[in-house]
Amino acid sequence: MSDTLDVVLRLLAVFVVFLVLPLAIGQTEHKVMAHMQGRLGPMYAGGFHGWAQLVADGVKFAQKEDVVPAGADRRIFQLAPAVALLPYLLVLVAIPVGPGNAVGQVVDAGIFFVLAVMGVGVLGSLMAGWASANKFSLLGGLRTAAQLMAYELPMLLTAASVAMAAGTVSLPGIVDAFHWWWIPWQIVGGVVFFIAGLAELQRPPFDMPVADSEIIFGAYTEYTGLRFALFLLSEYAGIVVLCGLTTVLFLGGWHGPFGADGLGWLWTLLKTALLAFVIIWLRVTYPRLREDQLQKLAWTVLIPLSLAQIALTGVVKVVIQ
Amino acid sequence: MTGTGLTALAAQAPGTTALAAKAHGFLSPTGVEVAFLLVGLVTLGAALVTVTTKQLVHAALWLVVTLGGLAVEYLLLTAEFIAWVQVLIYVGSVVVLLLFGLMLTKAPIGRSPDADSGNRWPALGVAVAAAAALVWVVTDAFRATWIDLEGAAAAGEGSTKVTGEFLFRHWVLPFEALSVLLLAALVGAIVLSRRENGGRR
Repeated sequence: MSDTLDVVLRLLAVFVVFLVLPLAIGQTEHKVMAHMQGRLGPMYAGGFHGWAQLVADGVKFAQKEDVVPAGADRRIFQLAPAVALLPYLLVLVAIPVGPGNAVGQVVDAGIFFVLAVMGVGVLGSLMAGWASANKFSLLGGLRTAAQLMAYELPMLLTAASVAMAAGTVSLPGIVDAFHWWWIPWQIVGGVVFFIAGLAELQRPPFDMPVADSEIIFGAYTEYTGLRFALFLLSEYAGIVVLCGLTTVLFLGGWHGPFGADGLGWLWTLLKTALLAFVIIWLRVTYPRLREDQLQKLAWTVLIPLSLAQIALTGVVKVVIQ
Repeated sequence: MTGTGLTALAAQAPGTTALAAKAHGFLSPTGVEVAFLLVGLVTLGAALVTVTTKQLVHAALWLVVTLGGLAVEYLLLTAEFIAWVQVLIYVGSVVVLLLFGLMLTKAPIGRSPDADSGNRWPALGVAVAAAAALVWVVTDAFRATWIDLEGAAAAGEGSTKVTGEFLFRHWVLPFEALSVLLLAALVGAIVLSRRENGGRR
């Protein structure tokens, strides 16, 4: 009985994290972007610095009519937001936040589980793009697919490099094996992983699939109300997952200069938050990459770099054994 | 795909595994066995819809259900690593590639009346023959072998470590031969696509 209770509590905790962290990142994005661009942003809702703007946005989304275009493929159009969002919830279950047992569910082949399920989320964008019966949506879907295929490979290769270094594919196992000198050792892989993850989330500067100046909002053009909000939420949940994963794989998760035992989870959260800040920072700093530049970056820079990282990992691993 | 669904059915059929039946009894299946059978039926159904539906993109999406069902079957058999690789490669990459191709050709919403093949009966014959061969080989090879799933799960027999050891100790030659084959296909694809481009210029 206590086992069941344990599982239920863990899943509940993961669910709460899933509901809270993406919204926190959304709010941070409002504020950080406003400051970086030297403007105020929404300041009235709720009083202090417009803290309730996110709540107001949510209420607004809930009130809007849920429109399905006449020419659309109804069922697939309505199913797409769920397919986009749920994989990130599943992935969160496997990401460890602290030493010992502080993880939703220990998955033996953790890296594979996480990357596999994250890849499924993109199907949501593809379904949305095709089912909307809108040429901009279709173009967005095409670009999403092209981008995913280009960036999935460097992401897998760099994750494989860490797995090689740790000698395990389980996420808690990798953090357990971490030493501080892994950061310089795996830095190239870490940067490649983070960039490829950004591209998979379609965040700026890799937001070609939703380029608003060219194709309105890509695959999500026809969506309104709550379903649109679900797509936005999946983007922020994706940021949480990507930052959490980069933290666990490349930045040593709960390891820190001090207090790793009791406050390990705090280190994980801190590193995740820092990476999320970098993602927002990149959004306000870099212009959007063109489609050919996107593909070129993936195939001619990131993949060779990740292969070089794997070679380096292998050499060092053999030398230190 | 149909092969696995049928294998699941055949594994449940009495007679072929009479010896095991004495020890384990097919009349009182465990929860895992029931789940395996149900998922197998769903997978089989999804596979049938994949090849019979007239809507191209729906076929691709039903293929996702089929491949996902197979991954669940692997998971139920405690082969965790294989299950995730199945999702990663097939659902995450192959189907995305398929959808990419369908979108490039602007697959219409709704039925495509010409989405049919004159080869449907020969295709059905080949599919049934392949399924029969697979079922026959698998049932004949394993006959009354009984895998104790709980013991296997406890010993981590489907884990990445065990799978990797098997792959790179006992099966390393076929593995490498396969990768050479894939490399040859890759080089061939590049050669073919380059020649076309040169001709156009």
